[in-house]
Amino acid sequence: MLPFVGRRALTAIPTLFIVTLMVFAIQRSLPGDPALILAGEQRDPEVIAFIRQRYRLDDPIPVQYVAWLGQLARGDLGRSLRTNERVLDLIAAKLPVTVELAVLSMLVAVAIALPVGVLAAVKRGTAVDYGGTALALTGISVPNFWLGIMLILLVSVRLGWLPASGYVPLSEGVWENLKRMIMPAFVLGTGLAAVLMRQLRSSMLGVLRQDFVRTARAKGLRGAVVVVRHAARNALIPVVTILGLQLGALLSGAVLTEQVFTIPGFGKLVVDAVFNRDYAVVQGVVLITATGYILINLLVDVAYAVLDPRIGAR
Amino acid sequence: MTVGALPATGSGAGEAPARGPLGRPLRRLLRRPPAVIGALVVAVFVAVAALAPWLAPFDPARPDFLAVRQPPSAEHPFGTDEIGRDVLSRTLYGARASLVAGVISVAIAVGVGVPLGLLSGYYRGALDELIMRLTDAVLSFPFLILAIALAAALGPSLTNAMIAIGIATTPTFVRLTRAQVLAVGAEDYVQAARALGASDARVIARHVFPNSFAPLLVQATLTIAQAVIAESALSFLGLGVQPPTPSWGGMLNTAKNFLVQAPWMAVFPGLSIFLTVLAFNLFGDGLRDALDPRDE
Repeated sequence: MLPFVGRRALTAIPTLFIVTLMVFAIQRSLPGDPALILAGEQRDPEVIAFIRQRYRLDDPIPVQYVAWLGQLARGDLGRSLRTNERVLDLIAAKLPVTVELAVLSMLVAVAIALPVGVLAAVKRGTAVDYGGTALALTGISVPNFWLGIMLILLVSVRLGWLPASGYVPLSEGVWENLKRMIMPAFVLGTGLAAVLMRQLRSSMLGVLRQDFVRTARAKGLRGAVVVVRHAARNALIPVVTILGLQLGALLSGAVLTEQVFTIPGFGKLVVDAVFNRDYAVVQGVVLITATGYILINLLVDVAYAVLDPRIGAR
Repeated sequence: MTVGALPATGSGAGEAPARGPLGRPLRRLLRRPPAVIGALVVAVFVAVAALAPWLAPFDPARPDFLAVRQPPSAEHPFGTDEIGRDVLSRTLYGARASLVAGVISVAIAVGVGVPLGLLSGYYRGALDELIMRLTDAVLSFPFLILAIALAAALGPSLTNAMIAIGIATTPTFVRLTRAQVLAVGAEDYVQAARALGASDARVIARHVFPNSFAPLLVQATLTIAQAVIAESALSFLGLGVQPPTPSWGGMLNTAKNFLVQAPWMAVFPGLSIFLTVLAFNLFGDGLRDALDPRDE
């Protein structure tokens, strides 16, 4: 198992390296001179020169890249070109908001996908199955930012039940926080629910055909016990992997959801940074998300090898 | 490796076709009502995009300050927007950006991804390793974050949004093609062709590629659905189609500021995205079932 973990970790290193190269390349090809943009209206040559020197904008590109890698190694993601705040601090301030949104929407997704996916498999070929399949297809096809807008229209504008936008930190009241997070979490959760539902249905169908399920039934166990305790448990294993892989999709969705509901999270940070041409912030956000994704999927694989010895032996 | 799950597509049409190479799958496809409906809806949207100048009752870009934010009526069935433009006409024209973006960005992804996948799977070795690590790297960026970063780097426009979506969806095709090549390459008839002295190019062109075609077609159809959503998402964020050119995402971006005064502005463009994406998904799912020889 250890060699497997080692090999798996080794493949992550070149990937991470390529990621840094790509992030750097993308940012350096942004249109416009960052020094001029940062200097704003005043265009004072001295200010511009100071900025150029401070951000090493006059050095050759490879030198800039190596200097940047060195900073990264020291955990320094640089400072925002706009506010001069440390990028790491900015991200650290916004990340909890997006993490809360992501966790809530995962809960929503699992709450929808688990019963529907299991039922669809158990009642294969019936109206329940077709209903579930149609629901999943709808969830995959609906653009979540439009779903958000429509929900605001219905729930906030027409019915007046929930606030349409904004964010209140958890520390200032759980209910006030949840009131503003329910809709975004639902919007973000539906797309994920659809993917999970499909996956759960097909893995349930596979498990239900297996001998141990037949044995459990033959022992005279009630149908529900067999489904929940024997089949669903095993069917959930591949679903967990999908959760790891869907993390990227969830973050993409969060960018749009935060935009629709004006939630000051990670997604809003990156969109604002792009429009402000704030290189350092975009670089930091993209780098952190990609690294996080690689590390989490590494952990998922390793956890797999721990849980299932057959994988490690491969 | 679990990064980037491959879609559960069929292993290709390896069996002898009954009447012509496409006869059987086509008949199987026509027996699936959802797929037929999907194809029809796609056809309708393609027709709308092509015929927009003749179908649209008004100039989509002409403001009418005497008819600002009017609710749906006989004259303006979808209402008017914040500067009095006809929402129906703009929605009809909006089909152009979405379909063009969907098709072209997937064409980019296929054009780059399939050759890379063929090379990677056929030659293996260091080249394979390099291509796979590149693919992993692209896959580790959340789709939209990568598209945002690229669209920002290249400048916001429909062309650049398509390039960004194309790059972001390329890994899917690299991996799918590679997996197909590995599967097909192990078949006896491919080994036989090699043993008979067929060149690499001939083996790839005559055996490997044709047998990878079916799953690639399915994946391309389903990816168009994703690309349509991605284009509208980028335009919604202001990084795709630039105003005043009508696009569904761009229309929603404006509409969200007028939800109280003019909700109709948000309903129809969003519904159009939803229907287009749904149609491509239905068609793609049907295509997958029809092309899968294991499923009778």
